[in-house]
Amino acid sequence: MATLSRADVVHVAHLARLGLDDAELARLEGQLNHILEQYAILAGLDTEGIPPTAQTIELENILRDDVVTASMPVADVLANAAEHDGAQIVVPAILGGDAE
Amino acid sequence: MTPDPTRLHAHELARSLRAGEVTARELAAAHLDLAERQNRALNAWLSIDRDRALGDADGADRRLADARAKGPEAVNALHPLLGVPVALKDLVSLRGGQCTAGSRILEGYRAPFDAHITERLRDVGAVILGKTNMDEFAMGSSTEHSAFGPTANPWALDRVPGGSSGGSATAVAAFHTPLSIGTDTGGSIRQPAALTGIVGMKPTYGRVSRYGIVAFASSLDQIGPFARDARDAAVLLHAIAGRDERDSTSAPVPVPDELLHLPAGDDEAAAWLRGRRLGLPREYFVAGMEPGVEARVRESVASLESAGAIVEEVSLPHTDYGLATYYIVAPAEASANLARYDGIRFGPRLGDGDVLGNYLATRGRGFGAEVKRRIMLGTYALSAGYYDAYYLKAQKVRTLIKADFDALWAQGFDALVAPTSPTVAFPMGARMDDPVAMYLSDACTLPVNMAGLPGISVPAGLSDGLPVGLQFIGAPWSEPTLFRLARAHEAITADAAWRGLEPTDLGLADDPATPAPAERLAAARTALSDPALAR
Repeated sequence: MATLSRADVVHVAHLARLGLDDAELARLEGQLNHILEQYAILAGLDTEGIPPTAQTIELENILRDDVVTASMPVADVLANAAEHDGAQIVVPAILGGDAE
Repeated sequence: MTPDPTRLHAHELARSLRAGEVTARELAAAHLDLAERQNRALNAWLSIDRDRALGDADGADRRLADARAKGPEAVNALHPLLGVPVALKDLVSLRGGQCTAGSRILEGYRAPFDAHITERLRDVGAVILGKTNMDEFAMGSSTEHSAFGPTANPWALDRVPGGSSGGSATAVAAFHTPLSIGTDTGGSIRQPAALTGIVGMKPTYGRVSRYGIVAFASSLDQIGPFARDARDAAVLLHAIAGRDERDSTSAPVPVPDELLHLPAGDDEAAAWLRGRRLGLPREYFVAGMEPGVEARVRESVASLESAGAIVEEVSLPHTDYGLATYYIVAPAEASANLARYDGIRFGPRLGDGDVLGNYLATRGRGFGAEVKRRIMLGTYALSAGYYDAYYLKAQKVRTLIKADFDALWAQGFDALVAPTSPTVAFPMGARMDDPVAMYLSDACTLPVNMAGLPGISVPAGLSDGLPVGLQFIGAPWSEPTLFRLARAHEAITADAAWRGLEPTDLGLADDPATPAPAERLAAARTALSDPALAR
């Protein structure tokens, strides 16, 4: 199976939105490749025609009536946000802004 | 003189409460005192909420008094957990309380609602003492991956209690509480139960609603009980199990009341074994299994046979693929579940730049090494070009692993009997920097999660003075059978010398001069990284 280069590790870290320093990247490169070696056992197993399993119990779709129920109070939801203005969560600008 | 209530089982506490020999407040206070006194040495608890617990205990005492005023029938109708202490793993939401999941990234977060199981436990009047330590986001087999320091094993303070629910296991083993709640994604209830010498069950996938539980791997996670005997664990499972509309994976399957009525008498419990067919999967005696563990397991199997069970060696041919399959599926699901920790809606926000910079800083510094490792693995396994080779392949192998078990149920086996963990509790620090060695701890438990089955670990004696766990694995929804097996195993080993032993290092845990587990782990890691200091 594939091995991960340092550039791959950097790319995956970016996809995962993890800011990692050089020491972490170096350690992860070794550890992830060691773990990927363990995955190699799967390549030798014939799974032709075997359907994938995503869930193990036989549950049909479960429907319920579309009834309006009480939501959590806004103040309770905002209480955990890093920044809010009393009615909304405040986030850094995503589009445009001075930095662009 | 009344016996020390911390040494009693939950069903004994329930009897004492109804008889008026003790109050729920006295019980809560006795357990809180012990937990607070020993937590420096054990670090089993991330929070102990004395005031709230005593308030809840007063509520239970009022309900007891009301029932007594109405007469014996009302007293008999009381729930067996009314007034009985319980601990929650710190990923179960308790309104207004912390819920760190063992992570810095949830430091300061206060749960704005109760989990389904918290509501259930409050409804029946159980007294929640606090929240227990765990591997960060339940990723680990030793509780060393907690951001708030490791938990010590009460049988040997320089060893791990297993994980990820190591705090809940240690709290029960050390008598801080008769009952606790854990979660099990690949063995996180059964393996710590084995390593601390108590009972722990992972129920069938879908048996317990996960509403209000911090998610790790959604096709695998399940909530379950810890206790010091099978009857107590069964009653706790009964209290939390059943359909809940807020978790679409919780199944509309009735919860058997049989769980409340396991046989109290040893003769009746043992007699149930006669004619039961148990499979002994040969692949579970894995390479690297300690001889002492294998010996205790085989002795237990022999005693089950002597009591009338029919044990046959069986094969689960895809067992060897379990570890690789699990370490693709679980990290992949985790990488998706943990995408929500963005420093915006909850938890600390780090960085002071743009959105991307804040994400990178918050997640890079907020998550610990093991969590980052798994997010990286999962992101890679799901990324373009690798999805088919890893995630889809693993899901197909999962089908084969499940089919191995299904074939045995079709042959009429009542359950399987196997080791829980290949080793006894290992020394702190020993596997911290070797993820593959750490992952091997769960070789005998994680196929059960892959197949969605129930499994229970029960104490089976000691090897070199440390507990060994015996695992029973059942068909979907067969929890009553597993509890009857666990109860029968208790009955036929009731006279064994090890049954009467308390964890070896409880005396040390009482000593204020005993180092904290974080100090022990730091010392162990220093010794391991410096060959001159290593033994």
